[in-house]
Amino acid sequence: MGLIRVLLFLLIAFPAQAQQRFITVASTTSTEQSGLFKHLLPMFEKKTGIQVRVVALGTGQALDMGRRGDADVVFVHAKPLEEKFVAEGYGVRRHEVMYNDFVLIGPRSDPAKIAGGKDAVVALRNIFQAKAAFVSRGDRSGTHFAELELWKAAGIDIGRDKGSWYREIGQGMGPALNTASGMGAYVLSDRGTWLSFKNRGDLAIAVEGDRRLFNQYGIILVKASAKQQMGQAFIDWVISAEGQDAIAAYRIGGEQLFFPNAGG
Amino acid sequence: MGEALRAAAALVASGDATLLGIVGLSLFVSLSAVTLATALGLPLGAALAVTHFPGRRAIVVLLNALMGLPPVVVGLLVYLLLSRAGPLGSLGLLFTPGAMVIAQTVLILPIIAALCRQAVEDAWVEYQEQLRSLGVQGARAALTVLWDIRFSLLTALLAGLGRASAEVGAVMIVGGNIDGVTRVMTTAIALETSKGDLPLALGLGMVLIAVVLALNAAAFLVKEAAQRRYG
Amino acid sequence: MILPLRLEEVSFLHVLQPLSLQIEAGPSTIILGANGAGKSVLMRVMHGLLAPSGGKVSWSGPDPRRRQAMVFQRPVMLRRSAFQNVLYALDVAGVAGAERIAADALAEVGLGHVAHQPARVLSGGEQQRLALARAWALHPEVLFLDEPTASLDPTATREIEAVIRAFDASGTKIVMATHNLGQARRLGDEVIYLHQGRMVERAPAETFFVQPSTPEAAAFIKGELPWV
Repeated sequence: MGLIRVLLFLLIAFPAQAQQRFITVASTTSTEQSGLFKHLLPMFEKKTGIQVRVVALGTGQALDMGRRGDADVVFVHAKPLEEKFVAEGYGVRRHEVMYNDFVLIGPRSDPAKIAGGKDAVVALRNIFQAKAAFVSRGDRSGTHFAELELWKAAGIDIGRDKGSWYREIGQGMGPALNTASGMGAYVLSDRGTWLSFKNRGDLAIAVEGDRRLFNQYGIILVKASAKQQMGQAFIDWVISAEGQDAIAAYRIGGEQLFFPNAGG
Repeated sequence: MGEALRAAAALVASGDATLLGIVGLSLFVSLSAVTLATALGLPLGAALAVTHFPGRRAIVVLLNALMGLPPVVVGLLVYLLLSRAGPLGSLGLLFTPGAMVIAQTVLILPIIAALCRQAVEDAWVEYQEQLRSLGVQGARAALTVLWDIRFSLLTALLAGLGRASAEVGAVMIVGGNIDGVTRVMTTAIALETSKGDLPLALGLGMVLIAVVLALNAAAFLVKEAAQRRYG
Repeated sequence: MILPLRLEEVSFLHVLQPLSLQIEAGPSTIILGANGAGKSVLMRVMHGLLAPSGGKVSWSGPDPRRRQAMVFQRPVMLRRSAFQNVLYALDVAGVAGAERIAADALAEVGLGHVAHQPARVLSGGEQQRLALARAWALHPEVLFLDEPTASLDPTATREIEAVIRAFDASGTKIVMATHNLGQARRLGDEVIYLHQGRMVERAPAETFFVQPSTPEAAAFIKGELPWV
């Protein structure tokens, strides 16, 4: 039967793939969904023959993966959590790679009256006072972490004072945007995911440009990894001039998404 | 909906290599899981059908209940087993198609075993006396019945295949939905949905349904032909 | 030689009251009785398919299991060809030269022309003949038959009876349960009459049908329902 032939072919093809040299990189859903890896990784693979397999999770989960030794490299964006990871002995060394920014997205109807503003903290205070619908990632991601820091900066204890207007969905950036679009709610998103998001509905950027919306990415070699040499090769390339140029060259609709800043 | 149909048609017509890879991997994982679960589940179900031992009924009830194992729970359990921090970590199977096959095998084994047990138990009523009269005992008798009802067992296999190809929880957790390596139809649909590309997600969904439909149609024809040949 | 078969105070639940009898080699034995008299249960206890609730069943030679065969009211065939069904039985018994023996057995019962057809598409009568061929191939010392023609039409019944006669002529001990008086007369050398789980009479066939010695047997032969 033809089906048996297909099965046999696949049976041979997949183990063959397993023989290839590869590393596992734990990164975040926002980074993967921005399309950066599809642009970046083929260059590295061509140069070194090492396949990079990216598992995209939230920052918290990605670091947990590193702790368990299920990833060789972690590439996330939550500096305090990353430094803790290295301090606890799970990571070899942290390198800065690039930054992008977050944008505060909201419905065009703008119930909290924050559109066009330049101050993210003031905007959040307004949202809180207006009890306008707000979608939070609630998933220990870098974005979630940044959102919590902003509430803190606004002097609001969001854990204690949240109301039914504050919707924690425990999912990635895409679902968060989907939910916000469906509900006409505000949401904090990284620019990359926003630019490639296709289901915008009535949403638009409400606030951007605040320095506090700055989002730094770091890359760390996992101590428990069995492939440290290949992992380090990847890190070295990402922070090299070639890697940094490749990052800067990535654009969506002509707009640059990530700004390389390795080596300070 | 119209956009989704157009997206689906465009996808298939383009013969896109990525799509073919994803479909191929989905078939490989689910069909491998069905094969393994059948190899393990048929003897298990048959043995359970014909032997009697204390606690047998409890095991039958447990097996039936396990048919409803949530995929995401299976995924989590297999992840903990295969993680480097876990007992089988040194095998390096996590985030490979192999892990996905293992997870789906665990998921559908109860389905195939339980349905097989029921089928063999029903057939056993018919065959038992004659086989014993001929001096056929134990394992040989069970295997004879199993082989004789092989075409009705096809339904059990299809149930397992359906469950495996439809689930996303287990393969997402143990596979990691890695582009080009462990991305299957269901995880690709989940990804496109979360990215907001709903027409593409629906298009992929339709391709998935079409593939499963084709497999079922093929199985049905095989069963019919066999019915005519063997009576 | 596994005969004679001895039953000592053998009973089965409420269906068979304790009975003792001995089945000898030679004459074909008919177990006669109305429906529900306990014929099928007695057959199964003798053949070893049921363990008696009380009493003892003993054969007189080694390896009795292999030297008997049974044909049931409804033949149970595997989903294979007629030939393969006979082959299967020979295979289980570990008989050498199985293919030749199977072919001969099929020819013996007149099924040579359908040997390679799926067994389950054969008619009821043909399948029963196939069951007999399967038993024939094993060359059993004792052949048990439990109402073998009860589900068949008169033509098929005649064909089956012919095969049974051939078995008998070849030296196989026939033990057959039936409620069909005519059949019992045609095929039996001796009759064991069962009435409500008890062996009520046992006599050579001519004696039994001409001059039954018990009122229950007499009533049965007259065709009356015993419970009326």
